[in-house]
Amino acid sequence: MSAGLEAGEYTSVELTNAHLDDIEQRNAESNCFITIAREHALAQAKAADAQRAKGDTTPLTGIPIAHKDIFCTEGLLTTCGSKMLSNFHAPYNSTMVERLNAAGIVTVGKTNMDEFAMGSSNENSFFGAVTNPWDRTRVPGGSSGGSAAAVADGLVACATGTDTGGSIRQPAAFCGITGLKPTYGRISRYGMIAFASSLDQAGPMTRTAEDAGLMLSYMSGFDPRDSTSANREDEWLRAIAHNGIPKLDRPLTIGLPKEYFADLANAQVIEAAQAELAKNGHTFKEVSLPHTQAAIPTYYVLASAEASTNLSRYDGVRYGHRCENPTSLQDLYERSRSEGFGEEVKRRILTGTYTLSVGYFDAYYIKAQKIRRLISEDFNKVFEEVDLLMTPTSPTPAFALNEHAKDPVAMYQQDLYTVPTSLAGLPALSMPCGFVDNLPVGLQLIGPAFREDTILSVAAQFQQITDWHQRHPGEKA
Amino acid sequence: MTDQDKTQINITHLARLARLAIPASSHASTAEDLDNIIAMIDAMQSVDTEGVEPLSHPLDSKQLLRADVVSESVSREAFQNNAPKTEDGYYLVPRVVD
Amino acid sequence: MNWESVIGLEIHVQLATNSKIFSGASTSYGAEPNAQACAVDLGLPGVLPVLNERAIEMAIKFGLAIGAKINLHSVFDRKNYFYPDLPKGYQISQFETPIVGEGSIVIALEDGEERTVGITRAHLEEDAGKSIHDLFPEQTGIDLNRTGTPLLEIVSEPDIRTSKQASAYFRQMHTLVRYLQICDGNLAEGSMRCDANVSVRPYGQEEFGERTEIKNINSFRFVERAIDYEIGRQIDVLESGGIIERETRLFDPDKDETRSMRSKEFSEDYRYFPDPDLLPLTFSQDLVDKIALTLPELPDAKRLRYIEALGLSEYDARGLSSDLDRSEYFELVVNACNNAKQATNWIMGDLSAYLNRNNLDISASPVSAAQLAALIARLDDQTLSSKTAKALFDGLWNKADANQDVDALIEEMNLAQVSDDGELTGIIEKLINDNPSQFAELRSGKEKMLGFFVGQVMKLTQGKANPQQVNEIIKAKL
Repeated sequence: MSAGLEAGEYTSVELTNAHLDDIEQRNAESNCFITIAREHALAQAKAADAQRAKGDTTPLTGIPIAHKDIFCTEGLLTTCGSKMLSNFHAPYNSTMVERLNAAGIVTVGKTNMDEFAMGSSNENSFFGAVTNPWDRTRVPGGSSGGSAAAVADGLVACATGTDTGGSIRQPAAFCGITGLKPTYGRISRYGMIAFASSLDQAGPMTRTAEDAGLMLSYMSGFDPRDSTSANREDEWLRAIAHNGIPKLDRPLTIGLPKEYFADLANAQVIEAAQAELAKNGHTFKEVSLPHTQAAIPTYYVLASAEASTNLSRYDGVRYGHRCENPTSLQDLYERSRSEGFGEEVKRRILTGTYTLSVGYFDAYYIKAQKIRRLISEDFNKVFEEVDLLMTPTSPTPAFALNEHAKDPVAMYQQDLYTVPTSLAGLPALSMPCGFVDNLPVGLQLIGPAFREDTILSVAAQFQQITDWHQRHPGEKA
Repeated sequence: MTDQDKTQINITHLARLARLAIPASSHASTAEDLDNIIAMIDAMQSVDTEGVEPLSHPLDSKQLLRADVVSESVSREAFQNNAPKTEDGYYLVPRVVD
Repeated sequence: MNWESVIGLEIHVQLATNSKIFSGASTSYGAEPNAQACAVDLGLPGVLPVLNERAIEMAIKFGLAIGAKINLHSVFDRKNYFYPDLPKGYQISQFETPIVGEGSIVIALEDGEERTVGITRAHLEEDAGKSIHDLFPEQTGIDLNRTGTPLLEIVSEPDIRTSKQASAYFRQMHTLVRYLQICDGNLAEGSMRCDANVSVRPYGQEEFGERTEIKNINSFRFVERAIDYEIGRQIDVLESGGIIERETRLFDPDKDETRSMRSKEFSEDYRYFPDPDLLPLTFSQDLVDKIALTLPELPDAKRLRYIEALGLSEYDARGLSSDLDRSEYFELVVNACNNAKQATNWIMGDLSAYLNRNNLDISASPVSAAQLAALIARLDDQTLSSKTAKALFDGLWNKADANQDVDALIEEMNLAQVSDDGELTGIIEKLINDNPSQFAELRSGKEKMLGFFVGQVMKLTQGKANPQQVNEIIKAKL
């Protein structure tokens, strides 16, 4: 696409118009967009064409992308998938949006998501569920389900997402695309609506690892507005725009954590992927991450606690939904919040409120933080012996709409393979590695902190010798 | 599940703390939901954490500081465009009585 | 029964930073409602706090001044509760690990007695906004300009026993933070506010009684009145067989009483936990040592120096050292005229009276320190009499011009003493000639008549004659 723009085969305005037409025509089928931003996009496209005429471009100049509706975008609605913010116009851009804008990108719209990023199916959206492009009776995963479906559907080449416990990787796996959750702190959280502050991390959702690397290089960087932003310069990251993803200079030792391979529905697909990677000379080693089973409860304690207070600001006073004719302050708070939040959000607020309460704080929150350290140390230990870890992204391929809707606890188990990395703040990528019952299967690569380069290099290598990432819904496997 | 198995979750108190209106008719189902979640969470109690320091951030690093300069401009108009109810520059809420 | 009251204060000091503790919005006072509340202060979705380094330095400075342990590692917590002037639904504060640990301060009471009050801790937090209840019918207006102003909350031990001690402690803290230049000390604008924890117990009883907390007192006088009322109320309750309930009360200065503040049906649970948007605050001992070098001479040290090196009375030394601006003015005057006694008398006397009358702060004095020093020098060299000096002071006050040359004004106002022997002798000789009988009486030993002649000379010279010199000339004529 970038090459076509560079060669002058089409302008960004033409490209953007074509994308918008396509999205407007096909969005009803998938419901992956909450906002389609024609006017905004065309203005950006025009500016991008002008930049190109001046010869001042980046590889992203004029490329249409979509943002998960969790990123504040000046001039566009930012809903976070919630009734609470269904009328919210952020008067600022998130730092990540600002950086991509500076690179000349065109925002064609905002994608659907589980409300406040809480969910693994995208069914918890005030704007309705999103369907999986591979099977319209199935979920696209969540919470970045709209972004994943939009890329899988070919509506955009790249989209942004956020990942708190797997919200980039799991929908990427379910939709057969590449999704990267970078190291915690790699991409600024400023202007990205908070779910769980110590876990939230933005990342790219693309078709290929090459595109993910390119997006990452423009999305990342130190931000003085985010106290948890990592202040570091990685040469390889800045060089991606010119040199692409770095090439590996040696075969790697890849760990297979045994806790991630129990009762797999997709074991054969994962084994085949391992065999492909072995062709590049990589060796495999079984390792153990002994605290894996504790990750889900630990995650739900920490994420719900943080969320319960992060969401206190939605009180109907300064912005957001406000109930009709409040009779008192308490009434204003209670009705505005109860009307504005969906069931899953309320459930997690109550859970978090409970675990932070006097009498439970040590038993839950502090206990969870201690286990978080144990989980983090598990990873530190295995990365003394291996360069990367390889696991399935999710225990199953995309499940059916409504399958887990009545059982939140069963839904939570979906995140078993993605949550530990989130707790440890480590980078991880999911990419398509085959199909089970015509549904894509995701392969997860996990690296040490700030070693997205290793992850991306191996993913790019894999994508050179396989074509799973080139498959489109409709062609089917 | 018998009554004895249930944790003693006081939904009224919890809902009040969280400022959520939960009708009395759904207190039982909400409590059951929470009980199930708490039961799932309680699985972590079996992990031995003796002598382990809590980890509040994935990457143990330290707080950044900013210089004491006025760097933010305030556009009250832009901010209050999102506000449900304002007058003379104030945000309005039903009269608070202490 | 004899009762003893036990009091502890929590003083909230607004730190005099340019920008807020977690945002780059201005902290200046008096802007239009909500014109100084930026996206971070408003708690808009997605915004994040970043800590102001100046607030840290100020907290460290305070800690050093009270001899406290400075915690090189501290954590910011969220204190969760809903109130419309608290935009995020939580206040960022320090709960388990404050930046300043235990210290102490010595307060002086009116009877000259000194008392040491222990400081439990001092921690950093963000201020809330303001709720305006009387501006709109049926509605409360919310102004979030104050939101995010850095506060240092100084918590005392329950070491205070009387309302007078409490106000002395509050004043001493006020003096200290002004000295350290970490707070503008403006009580009327709410720059310092305090909460008082009050309980009573029978004399001799070891354990404390149940306490109440009186919130948001913003003047030295009100601290005394609120505590006095509350002590009386508690004793009444106990003596009539009641019990004290732990509760929050509000002082109403108009009715001079405290009343219960929040409804008791619901107990708030603040659910403190470390703010995940901020990382632990860690700094080196080097930073603390560097800040220690910037500490000014503190009020107590200054008071002692005034007594020992300048020979001032305890009363004057305390009066001059208790206010940073006053002590700075005093030292400028003394350095220039080298007469601490006169400088003290003028500053504590005429200058204070003029300032009070005009409701001015010494930093806004129309008579500059240099001018006052020049005035004192002219008194010392007898150019001025005490009377003409007062006239000159009044002249300088009215000119209100720091560039006014003092000698030029003496000349302009014709205030110099006449000390020319010839001129005075002429006047005296004329007086003797005009009043022969009175002179005869003087000669015959009526000392009273000396006063008559001196008085007449002063009258003729409009008070500018040097009385001692006049005496000598007349005596020579006898």
